[in-house]
Amino acid sequence: MLQFPIYLDHNATTPCDPRVVEAMIPYFTNNFGNAASRNHSFGWAAEEAVDYAREQVAKLISADPKEIIFTSGATEGDNLAIKGVFEMYASKGNHIITCNIEHKAVLDTCKHIEKEGGEVTYLKVKDNGLIDLAELEAAIKPNTILIAIMYANNEIGTIMPMKEISAIARKHGVLVFSDATQAVGKIPVDVNKDGIDLMAFTAHKMYGPKGVGALYVRRKNPRVKVTAQIDGGGHERGMRSGTLNVPGIVGFGKACEICLNEMEEETARVSKLRDKLQTELLKVEESYLNGDKEYKLPHVTNISFKYVEGEGLMMGFNKNIALSSGSACTSASLEPSYVLKALGLGDDLAHSSLRFGLGRFTTEEQIDFTIEQVTNTVNKLREMSPLWEMFKEGIDLNTIEWAHH
Amino acid sequence: MAYSEKVIDHYQNPKNVGTLDKSKNNVGTGLVGAPECGDVMRLQIEVDDATGIIKDAKFKTFGCGSAIASSSLATEWLKGKSVEEAVKIDNMTIVEELNLPPVKIHCSVLAEDAIKAAINDYRQKNGLEELKFEESVIH
Repeated sequence: MLQFPIYLDHNATTPCDPRVVEAMIPYFTNNFGNAASRNHSFGWAAEEAVDYAREQVAKLISADPKEIIFTSGATEGDNLAIKGVFEMYASKGNHIITCNIEHKAVLDTCKHIEKEGGEVTYLKVKDNGLIDLAELEAAIKPNTILIAIMYANNEIGTIMPMKEISAIARKHGVLVFSDATQAVGKIPVDVNKDGIDLMAFTAHKMYGPKGVGALYVRRKNPRVKVTAQIDGGGHERGMRSGTLNVPGIVGFGKACEICLNEMEEETARVSKLRDKLQTELLKVEESYLNGDKEYKLPHVTNISFKYVEGEGLMMGFNKNIALSSGSACTSASLEPSYVLKALGLGDDLAHSSLRFGLGRFTTEEQIDFTIEQVTNTVNKLREMSPLWEMFKEGIDLNTIEWAHH
Repeated sequence: MAYSEKVIDHYQNPKNVGTLDKSKNNVGTGLVGAPECGDVMRLQIEVDDATGIIKDAKFKTFGCGSAIASSSLATEWLKGKSVEEAVKIDNMTIVEELNLPPVKIHCSVLAEDAIKAAINDYRQKNGLEELKFEESVIH
């Protein structure tokens, strides 16, 4: 029996796995201690729980527990990594390379760096959403200190070639930071094999709680340091002060453990559902897949339905299905998705896009219902779309002089 | 942001979706907006030559639910009005009727513009001078 609403927005956030909540509960009540209290059992219990969680988190990305800095989430991790490296390595240089489909937490931090006198190169992605490696290498200069490229994109799910990126960075003695918010817990991420020096990720994208994340900071080959952005009691090896969010960290650890143990099985199941959804929706006339077909997260697909507008489309089923659109109307700015525009999509196709993010609890029944609802709504809205009528009459929409408003 | 019940009703049961024969002299067509802005409205009126009353109105809209509702409502209001009365339809009355939030006011402006464009198209076809309108504020 289908239960409504169906949640297909797992790139925005995920529900907490009940096993995660169960692990967290004692740390709100009985084991409430401050992990920095060194002189009594409450503190010891909290510290022990944090240490264990740190191991669980580290294991998921093949890091050493000492390389995990707990944060409030990926936005903080992005800020700490980029600003922290910029300040720590100021004597080495001031140039950072990133790309134009990064999350705002990276892009806006880079804008801040520019105001502080730094220099930032924003690589343009190709129409499949991946960066050009030759362009990356050509952008490296003697004063380049950091390459900041996301592991996987939040809107289209494309996976960047991290191994190749880090090989280029190594060759030139440049550090690699990756915002891996969408990738960790979904696909195998190994900081050593991938050659990553700093990596931000967060619990709430992998069935853990909101408000807790981590920054991986490499300790060996090379030993990387970041300047703290929050000063205080010197927690987290001096890189991030503030009383640790013990229940959150415990939940994060549990979430990582579950992801590690169940990833293979879950990926097989979810990617099969995603493929079904994608295949069926691409059968709709004038529908287009956004982003690379192959280098892509197993649970995401992003499709544009030409001649219908994304928000109008979602309204047809948003009582029953929750998902996201690249349409302007879903944001405050009235600008359509900059990620989709960076792929070279016209504004019209960007306005017509839907992002489907499947997850651990998505069922085949839900996907079948979604296919039916989306297809029906697209057809219904096209019946009332003047653009669809013109398209069917063979009128080239580019020849029309639109009254821009 | 939740939609008002009236917006939802117009979206689910849009009134007067369709196409009138634009080759007819008594049909005026207004096409406003642009695909890259995310809204395009086409609004048409059919005027009774003898009485000057709008006897039919149709729309097709590419856009969000508020844009669809604004144009659906506009066609309802147009039917039965004289062309002179129709010119006076103000976007703010659409905003009030549909309870549109501030970010959706541009949908009502677009509907008002579409009405005016359709009327001018009708006037021009019938040898009348096109009416001059002040530029709408939110464009």
